Amino acid sequence: MFKLLRNQKVRNALLQALYVGALGALVLAGTLIARQNLAAQGITSGFDFLFKSTGWDLGFSLLPASANDPYWWYFVIGILNTLFLGSFGLALATLVGMIVGLAQTSANDLAKLLGRTYVDVFRNIPLILQVFFWYALITHLPTPRNAHEGWGMLLTSRGLYLPVPNVGGLAMLAASLAAVAAIVLPIWLGRTSLLSRPLGQRTSVQLAAVAAALVCAVLFLFVGRLPDTPLLDLPSLQGLNLRGGLRIPPEFSALVVAIAIYGGSYIGEIVRGGFKAVGKGQVEAASSLGLTLWQVFTLVRLPLALRAMLPILANQYVWLMKATTMGIAVGFTDFFMITALTINHSGQTLEAIGILMAGFLIINLSLAALFNRINKAIALKGNQLRG
Amino acid sequence: MEMVVVAPPASGKLEDLKRRFFATPLQAVVSLLSLSVIVFLVWKLLNWAVFSAVFDASGGADACHAASGACWSVIAARWRIIFFGLYPYEEQWRSALACVTVVAMTVLSCIPAFWTGRRIALVWGLGAAVFYVLMKGGLLGLSFVGEEMWGGLALTLFIFVTTCLIGFPLAICLALLRRSELPWISRTTGLIIDGVRSLPLISILFTFAIVLPFALPQWLQGDKLYRVILGSALFFSAYQAEIVRGGMQGVPRGQEEAAMALGLSYWHRISRILLPQAMRNALPATINQFVISFKETSLVVIVGFFEILASGNAAYGTGEWRFAYVEVYAFIALIYFVFVFSLSRYGAFLERRMSVGER
Repeated sequence: MFKLLRNQKVRNALLQALYVGALGALVLAGTLIARQNLAAQGITSGFDFLFKSTGWDLGFSLLPASANDPYWWYFVIGILNTLFLGSFGLALATLVGMIVGLAQTSANDLAKLLGRTYVDVFRNIPLILQVFFWYALITHLPTPRNAHEGWGMLLTSRGLYLPVPNVGGLAMLAASLAAVAAIVLPIWLGRTSLLSRPLGQRTSVQLAAVAAALVCAVLFLFVGRLPDTPLLDLPSLQGLNLRGGLRIPPEFSALVVAIAIYGGSYIGEIVRGGFKAVGKGQVEAASSLGLTLWQVFTLVRLPLALRAMLPILANQYVWLMKATTMGIAVGFTDFFMITALTINHSGQTLEAIGILMAGFLIINLSLAALFNRINKAIALKGNQLRG
Repeated sequence: MEMVVVAPPASGKLEDLKRRFFATPLQAVVSLLSLSVIVFLVWKLLNWAVFSAVFDASGGADACHAASGACWSVIAARWRIIFFGLYPYEEQWRSALACVTVVAMTVLSCIPAFWTGRRIALVWGLGAAVFYVLMKGGLLGLSFVGEEMWGGLALTLFIFVTTCLIGFPLAICLALLRRSELPWISRTTGLIIDGVRSLPLISILFTFAIVLPFALPQWLQGDKLYRVILGSALFFSAYQAEIVRGGMQGVPRGQEEAAMALGLSYWHRISRILLPQAMRNALPATINQFVISFKETSLVVIVGFFEILASGNAAYGTGEWRFAYVEVYAFIALIYFVFVFSLSRYGAFLERRMSVGER
């Protein structure tokens, strides 16, 4: 017996079995005790609760929801809300970060100082404090009666009210797709090999494509107009309440602003690092070839910097996506808050936590996979030396 | 042929200024734009925070309504609740002293003379013990104050210190387990680390605070505060473990092989050869992780703790000071900023210092 224990292979196998077994036993014991405890409270385990109606209302949802809807629908809405908030926040944070990063890498000392100060101030204050601050700021705005007005928008303590065109949902979707096409088409036309015209001489084709897409967008809007309504649905005060327009609730705007500002400071540092990684020789070679400043930037510095910063940027995006869970602090019904509410109302603790973990795992893994693909697509091909 | 010699322009201050900020039209535009933004922001900020601000608390909230600037009297009136939360009034000096202990401990551990495993463990162990005795009392004639009365800055610091104290050794264990040669041990540990890292911290805090009691027998449940600290330590250690592992990968293989050839045991190899070099490699990233985890202690407000952010909410949330939220948040932001900025500056300094050594 003891001789057997001295055998390295046997010992290794035993050690591994012990480690994995102990961890497994811990998880199993926890689950069993939890099931027993929950059963004592009259809660049966299983995923049947997903099909029961919830009985409580949501604060914010992109899709129609009522208290009669089942739990699984609420989870779908929660995930959508998280993705919606995340994509808005990430896009704005990237924009802010790009500006801050460029300011930091510019040759101008004053711009550098501005960028540096921005990063130092906003990176060193916790995100949740910033969320609280913006939320307090927005909810302390004047009441609808004394709202700030401008360009048809209303800024009140109940949120930001935007004018929207009086257009049917389907036509709106088609119009926005056409608008996206107006941006994507010229880029695609500029690099595809399907066109016989040489690269760099396609401006007229690109302009024609943009014009066609924009005309389509306007056409869709015109055709889809709701009958007997004005062109724009303007928000206006009626009695004590506001009618019309699109309301952006304070929770959402506070979170988006906070994520954009905080994330922008981190992304600014990443952008700075990316531009610093571009070899000085590359820029010098480009300008000695006679490229203009703008061409050096778009054709040489930006692509090379992008390649250097993309892996770090991907990590930052995953982090910011997880940070959307701070919505619970101000009552934004994101994925996490729906989970917490589900636990409060239905008591299905283990199942809800399981769904939460699986959801975030899927979101994070797909973000990582997406960035890996982009990374591979723009990575240096071949193995020649480049300085 | 006649040589024409043009004298170089005199390098006066004005020339220097022109070269630095007005070399090209674009440069000039950027300079002027930046300068106007800076002047505008600095003027606005100074005007709000200093020139038209109310500092005197004697006027109460009414004096602030008349002024156009910041109302710092809210801080003068409510600083005790921001720093100490619900801690008993007569005993608040203990809470203050405990905060000073933590600061002293952090400063001590930034001095290179304390960078041996034993000394750093001694400083942090002793510091945490002093903090705990001061806060909780029941010893040495100090009256007893339960954890549910702790709050404000002291609670934030307590959560931070205990998170690091539990999380750091755990991180080293996890890193060692992950680089184990036994495939099942390294795989399982990798699964745990990656799983924890892919989850938001809030969901982990929530699980430990509210869900875990269901999964534990009665005698193991403990106080909610300590469960939350455990959760935050687990999260910290998952990130720190990857940093330590990165540091270990930077140690040349020959080091460990040489140690093996000398016949050192596993523990000696790890504690004398591998870890000292790995920690040196990992130091900048480690300080960065400390900074992040200090900022993240503020998330415990979501599971219902009265730390500095929650006590700030309480400081302006009631009665007459309801309008003064900007000042309170600015004050708390300043506290965080002082801690975090000095730590991250120190990290940057260390990075430079170490890169000099490697040249």
